[in-house]
Amino acid sequence: MKELLTGSEILIRSLIDNGTQCLFGYPGGQIMPVYDKLYDYSDRLRHYLARHEQGAIHAAEGYARATGRTGVVTATSGPGAMNLLTGLADALMDSTPVVAVTGQVGSSMLGKDAFQESDVISSVLPVTKWAVQVRRAEDIAPAVARAFYIANSGRPGPVVIDLARDAQVGTAEYEKLEAPFIRSYDSDPHPAEGALEETARLLNEAERPLILAGHGISISGAQDVLAAIVGKGEIPVACTMLGLSCIPSGHPQYVGMLGMHGNLGPNINTNRADVIVAVGMRFDDRVTGDLTKYAPDARIVHIDIDASEFDKMVKADVHVHCDARKALEAILPMLDEADRREWRESFDRHREVEEERVMARELAVAAPGGKMLMGGVVRKVCEAFDDNAVIVTDVGQNQMFAVKYSRFNLPDSLISSGGLGTMGYGLPAAIGAKIGVPHRDVVLFVGDGGLQMTIEELGMIMEYGIDVKIVLLNNNFLGNVRQWQHLFFNGRFSSTPMTNPDFKMLAAAYGIAGADVADASALDAAIAEMRKCPGAYLLNVNIDETDMVFPMTPGGNGVDEILLDESQYYKPR
Amino acid sequence: MEPQLYTIAVYTENRVSLLHQISMVFSRRCLNIDSMTVSACSIEGVHKFTITCFSTRTMLEHVVRQIEKRIDVIKAFLFTDEEIVYQEVALYKVPTASVVYTEIEDIVRGSGARVLEIHPNYTVFEKTGHTDEIMELFERLKPLGIKQFVRSGRIAVTRSSREMVDEYLLSREARSLMQN
Repeated sequence: MKELLTGSEILIRSLIDNGTQCLFGYPGGQIMPVYDKLYDYSDRLRHYLARHEQGAIHAAEGYARATGRTGVVTATSGPGAMNLLTGLADALMDSTPVVAVTGQVGSSMLGKDAFQESDVISSVLPVTKWAVQVRRAEDIAPAVARAFYIANSGRPGPVVIDLARDAQVGTAEYEKLEAPFIRSYDSDPHPAEGALEETARLLNEAERPLILAGHGISISGAQDVLAAIVGKGEIPVACTMLGLSCIPSGHPQYVGMLGMHGNLGPNINTNRADVIVAVGMRFDDRVTGDLTKYAPDARIVHIDIDASEFDKMVKADVHVHCDARKALEAILPMLDEADRREWRESFDRHREVEEERVMARELAVAAPGGKMLMGGVVRKVCEAFDDNAVIVTDVGQNQMFAVKYSRFNLPDSLISSGGLGTMGYGLPAAIGAKIGVPHRDVVLFVGDGGLQMTIEELGMIMEYGIDVKIVLLNNNFLGNVRQWQHLFFNGRFSSTPMTNPDFKMLAAAYGIAGADVADASALDAAIAEMRKCPGAYLLNVNIDETDMVFPMTPGGNGVDEILLDESQYYKPR
Repeated sequence: MEPQLYTIAVYTENRVSLLHQISMVFSRRCLNIDSMTVSACSIEGVHKFTITCFSTRTMLEHVVRQIEKRIDVIKAFLFTDEEIVYQEVALYKVPTASVVYTEIEDIVRGSGARVLEIHPNYTVFEKTGHTDEIMELFERLKPLGIKQFVRSGRIAVTRSSREMVDEYLLSREARSLMQN
């Protein structure tokens, strides 16, 4: 049945009809008609007030990553919209479904440098999957239906609806719309004939196959099929950073993380594999290292829903252009059972070296003088949550140690800014994640630099009582840059030491419980205390600033040219 | 692979911002667009961008895929000169006085140019052809004192006997009927 409604109400009804339960945002002049109407719908559509639009969009991203549903964010025109740009770019890089609704000045004022006017569409096009400006109330419902369909189909991504004031205050008839058919956009492509059969044939004939599992596994919900495939064919599987938790860390075929700070086994054996099947990943430069030295002996199959990823970085022998789950489901029955124990065990030999030469050092917890090491702290915290928590990270050393030493029993358990590497992502993303999956523990690992980039979002935690456990790996340094300065810039620590506030006191100002852990001897008790605390908690851990992340494949190196510490390369037998 | 001039054909929906969406794929990779011509094509509601760019095939294959990834882009193709029939148009404005005292008949006959307008002060010639043909006439008219010269971007149709865009749209239509 059609009803005559204002554009603002149509927007809200459309959001609800497209499955939105909550949104993150910040009001302002040109989005006020929408906020006025939100007041009437507060029982059906919960609005979380961020303290900065960047916080709002990262929260929407965290929500989307934790739930698979589209995150929704609202902001006003001009500065409000511009503050979303970082989050939009982040969501585009990491295939995160987000719909951003921005207010815009009235259409008669467009292009005339009106107060708080900015050219939103031109600004956001390079960082969105799709963007549209709406100037009439009757165009809102179709735009929203289209936006949600585009944001969360195919390869997900961010979409912007720029809503001119006329559209918000005008009236139109409203009825619920289904996802539209878009002839120029195929969200569910079929692979070329024979591509799936060729993939199965290559896997069946391979002696040393390796599956690279990316974010696409989680997005398409292919975790169980992946586990079935690697089990049936005894095929080792390695994850990209965003692929982590798509297979349980304890799975017998799981061999670790790829990339610059990944595990030795999968990186070394990338160059020993005879067949590589990459699923829902894009051969990021942090994964491949020097492309001319990448996987020289392997036939490569690339399975991806985004055709523009094929041959962009790594030339593949077979392209499988479709949804990851559909591809793996089709391959599974064609796959032969096989015994590849010897190949699988070759990863363990690298693992043993890594445990002895790297992990033993990084997991030690205590550094000289009572300060602590990040790896050990991460492992202890994760264990305290039985390896079942959703792990959210910021960017930098905290992130690398978090992804290296977290273990994952459950899927959809790692939320991190991978492609864009956005410092300040962690805190708001953790808040959004907790709102999305309130039944799960959410633990944030964050550094003192990144926390201060969006620290204002402690306000969201305070206002809405969000139970996020914040583990602040505090070394009073921008640690990752410090590491590179130490290794490659003669130890000239240019603008990386930081004079920090009293974080516990800051948390207390927001009504958030917390503790300082100055000495390693107090860590276990402090973690237990945090675990027991019913609400949000900030654990300020005194980290040794000389702590560095290894193994490491420095830029320009091949994927198998790996530093075990600052001076020694790994020489596999 | 050696860089060379390629022609890219992009078929899009008729919506605002498509030009920006296409051009940003080039500018992001610091590629200079050599020429671009945009108009409606024979399929209702579909616009065609004909773009020429000097680069390597690998680079432009990536560009074409990234253009095609944009939601409102229907299809994009990369062509070498051998795969297309192409043409440009140019206008030359020269002083009428200098035209009168020249072997103008020779020039017009030899180049296949047309006279569009004769004014006491200036005469406008038009020439269609490939870039080198257009520039050849430019050189011949140069001694007359060219006041203005303009050359359009390239337009092109394929030599293929298959109409890929029509086929694609038909297949999409079939998919949409199956869905409903």
